Amino acid sequence: MADRYSFSLTTFSPNGKLIQIEYALQAVNAGVTSVGIKAQNGVVLATEKKVMSQLVDGDSLTKISQITPDVGMVYSGMGPDFRVLVDKARKNAHSNYKMIYQEYPPTRVVVQDIARTVQEATQAGGVRPYGVSLLVAGYDDNHKFGLYQIDPSGSYYPWKATAIGKGSSSAKTFLEKRWNEELELEDAIHITLLTLKESIEGEMTGDNVEICVVGLPNDDMLGFEGVPNVQGPRFRTLSSQEIQDRLDSL
Amino acid sequence: MSNPSEINGGSAVAMIGKDCVAIACDLRLGLQSVTVSGDFEKIFQYGGNFVAFTGLATDVQTVSTELRQKHALYEMVEERSMEPNTAAHLVSSMLYSRRFAPWFVGPLVAGINSTTGEPYVCSFDSIGSMDVSHDFVVTGTATNQLYGMAESLYEKDMSPEQLFETISQTLLCAADRDAITGSGGLVYVIEKNGKVTKKLLKSRQD
Repeated sequence: MADRYSFSLTTFSPNGKLIQIEYALQAVNAGVTSVGIKAQNGVVLATEKKVMSQLVDGDSLTKISQITPDVGMVYSGMGPDFRVLVDKARKNAHSNYKMIYQEYPPTRVVVQDIARTVQEATQAGGVRPYGVSLLVAGYDDNHKFGLYQIDPSGSYYPWKATAIGKGSSSAKTFLEKRWNEELELEDAIHITLLTLKESIEGEMTGDNVEICVVGLPNDDMLGFEGVPNVQGPRFRTLSSQEIQDRLDSL
Repeated sequence: MSNPSEINGGSAVAMIGKDCVAIACDLRLGLQSVTVSGDFEKIFQYGGNFVAFTGLATDVQTVSTELRQKHALYEMVEERSMEPNTAAHLVSSMLYSRRFAPWFVGPLVAGINSTTGEPYVCSFDSIGSMDVSHDFVVTGTATNQLYGMAESLYEKDMSPEQLFETISQTLLCAADRDAITGSGGLVYVIEKNGKVTKKLLKSRQD
């Protein structure tokens, strides 16, 4: 009797669809828009920081997370589910990779790890699928800059530029017109802001937009200097002032 | 007799030259003083990385096979070749995962980093403590004899030909002073341009 409830809730419908996954995707498509653009010398991730009350202390709220020094990710959909995936991704990067090879996993390995976790939730008993789509940006020496999307089904796609969430389809149409091979990181940040502008209601400020970049190594973030062949993290969050400056020059 | 690392016998050595590395092992497999086989190779190739395993023969076979699997999986998942330092850390974590029931092996890793072109040699104890060297590393039952020979014969920046001569003499002379190392030798010379030369050395077969 008890094990009747431990069966997977995601069962194929007669027309061959997994309805629970489609519902999860709907949760994503109701979520706040996030944009990712890959440039020649970096990747940018951006999202809107929706603050529902003036009393919320927005400074301590972040939606883009660092996974390894060179990889970060953002989500559209359910915030709590995202945090679970961030925790798992960080732990995976260490226990299943860095502890073995003494180096951080390349972007695609991080993506595959997360995608595996997400897929398991579509098949395992007693769980529901994750209600998030993710954009993962990263750098590794072999494959250079990378931008990936992961969906609640566990599928992942490599992109040059893409968007997820509520305004994603119009954002993607916009990006198709704007993206080209010669893009520099600063251009990409510019285009990201223009793209987000389409979907944000009200004024865009440094406080209601969050931007992270994976670009050149930030040796100033190491905490020391003078050691050759040691690079700082490539993942960096732009301060609200840095974002405001770029918004002012739009 | 009671030391598992010294039942089957065998030794290996690796050396760095100018834009090249060499790794060599003996070919003996024995049961204490009784020689069972003279063609037991202890060096295994994993892409551009060469790993020698000395110690208990059964563990040599198991660990080298397990490393073959891990290396193949790495290259399939990551679609890139494994660098020597990565291979070394992989060997190290494999051994340390057996911290409280260790494999009785003494590995050496030798290779050339495909991006930097730097030669790399590294030795380990049986629980994975790494010893990265800028000249030579030794392991096996003839460790002391190998150290003695390598200390006196090694020079910096040897050519692949000089390196072959040096590592061969180091191995053969050390094997002469260890009763359970010998029965011929095997030498790999790996060059920066990707050229790999494998040579068999003949020595006393008793």
